[in-house]
Amino acid sequence: MELRIFGDPVAFHCGPFPVTETMLTSTLVTCVLIGLVWGVRISLQNAPLSYVSTVASMIVESCDKLIYDITGRAHPELANWSGSLFLFIASCNLAGQLPGVHPATGSLATTSALALLVFLSVPFAGIYSHGVCGYLRSYLRPNPLMLPLHVISELSRTLALAVRLFGNIMSGHLVVALLVSLAGLLVPTPIMALDLLIGILQAYIFAILATVYIGAAISKDAE
Amino acid sequence: MNEHTILAAATILAAAFVMAVGAVGAAYGESRIGAAAMDALARQPDEASSITRMLFVSLAMVESTAIFCLVIALILLFANPFTGGSGG
Repeated sequence: MELRIFGDPVAFHCGPFPVTETMLTSTLVTCVLIGLVWGVRISLQNAPLSYVSTVASMIVESCDKLIYDITGRAHPELANWSGSLFLFIASCNLAGQLPGVHPATGSLATTSALALLVFLSVPFAGIYSHGVCGYLRSYLRPNPLMLPLHVISELSRTLALAVRLFGNIMSGHLVVALLVSLAGLLVPTPIMALDLLIGILQAYIFAILATVYIGAAISKDAE
Repeated sequence: MNEHTILAAATILAAAFVMAVGAVGAAYGESRIGAAAMDALARQPDEASSITRMLFVSLAMVESTAIFCLVIALILLFANPFTGGSGG
């Protein structure tokens, strides 16, 4: 097992565009998720009381309840967005445990793209709920002196989101690869079990933090 | 002991130092968070779900400093801009 930390090997070229393994993995995960959700939707329409439909309803309801607990109001759009983030990141992390698959979230490019989406959705949500002036005014409170600090905090938390997810997933696989090369075949199994937990936990944390950031932008002028 | 050897030794020492100091800070912070969460759980077991959620979020925030240190150490070791980034 080769060590892969910052590099992202090119799988093949599609015309002039290089297609990396990360792009392949994330596209595959997206297609599998869309297929699963399509099946769940059909099952919800045909048999609303079946096992699959009940589990799907429980997932959606727990997402809604979490958003309600965090922001204090019901936000179906925010619940959709955070739930999609959680499901995609968790699936990518878990797919990385399959043999031969390198997780898409173990590459800095993927996590930067996800963090950039969260970064862009904060002003989008703020402008959507308060208008342009209302959103821009939120940068000037409680004092216009705080403007640089607001800007720095938005930038640094985006960087932290990207590097946190990347570092956790990449370091988990690095430890497994080192243990395989040092000790042997079955030694890293407990570490891989821990990686499963960390993968779910990091996806949860990413979604929660995105919700907190967007929720703060939505409710900034609520008082 | 040419220039390259000195650079390699300094890189390894710096990576070890970064990781050690970063781990100490994050471990101390996480232990404080864990102790405070245990305290809060013992006082108010009914709020377990919200306390656990905030516990995980704050643990992740604190742990991200250690992860930053790990990433910097790995950059120093595997993608060092001064040695041409030999992926060794």
